[in-house]
Amino acid sequence: MATPKPRVKLPKTASAGEVITIKTLISHTMESGQRKDSEGKVIPRQIINKFTCEFNGATVFSCDIEPAISANPYFEFNAKVKESGTFKFTWVDDDGSIYADEQAIEVK
Amino acid sequence: MNINRRQALGLSAGAVAFAATGFSAVPALASAEDAEKRITDFTGGKTPETGKLTLTAPEIAENGNTVPVSVSVDSAMEGDDLVEEVMILADGNPNPDVATFRFTEASGTAAATTRMRLAKTQNVIAVARMKDGSTYIDKKEVKVTIGGCGG
Repeated sequence: MATPKPRVKLPKTASAGEVITIKTLISHTMESGQRKDSEGKVIPRQIINKFTCEFNGATVFSCDIEPAISANPYFEFNAKVKESGTFKFTWVDDDGSIYADEQAIEVK
Repeated sequence: MNINRRQALGLSAGAVAFAATGFSAVPALASAEDAEKRITDFTGGKTPETGKLTLTAPEIAENGNTVPVSVSVDSAMEGDDLVEEVMILADGNPNPDVATFRFTEASGTAAATTRMRLAKTQNVIAVARMKDGSTYIDKKEVKVTIGGCGG
């Protein structure tokens, strides 16, 4: 499997106290552990099981993920920004890999 | 025992039918009960109220592999009026768990959207737990044309 590529979309600027919408997507097959290959063997589960979004070190939103989430997991949520800073996004894979992305926002 | 061709075919068809029903029926039943149990565990035995929580899902999903689903809770997200967790369940999947969202004051609003898999036509259930301990539930039936599990 190709290395999962995170993609995050959020506004570059916001006014203080504004509630912004953040959209995230990561390319991942999210193998559910329910499927079988051509020989009838179960394909082992490999999914992203946790997603977290932090702003300047404080958690904004987090999510526990089960195999019932579609391939290329997509999350859309909100954040209230009071000051300029950096959003940090983390995805945790079943195999222990961690994929991360960062986006800065400027509060005017 | 002599088995002619017709009997042999009948026997094997019966065996296949038995295997097929046995395989699909057992996990589905377990899942509906599991979903009930998950809700009880999540609410701590209380009966969740309806109203504040809204679950949005399509009435008919053509492709069970990606079904958009949104939850939103009517809350100020400050002080005690804060949504801590929203759990999404699907009572007809092999495993009822879908996802659990955790919100904080920095979320601004308690709303989130994702895409989920549905194996067949079934109920999608969302349960929310507030900081003050109150719980809310919302349920939607989604009709699935092509299932999104197995392969």
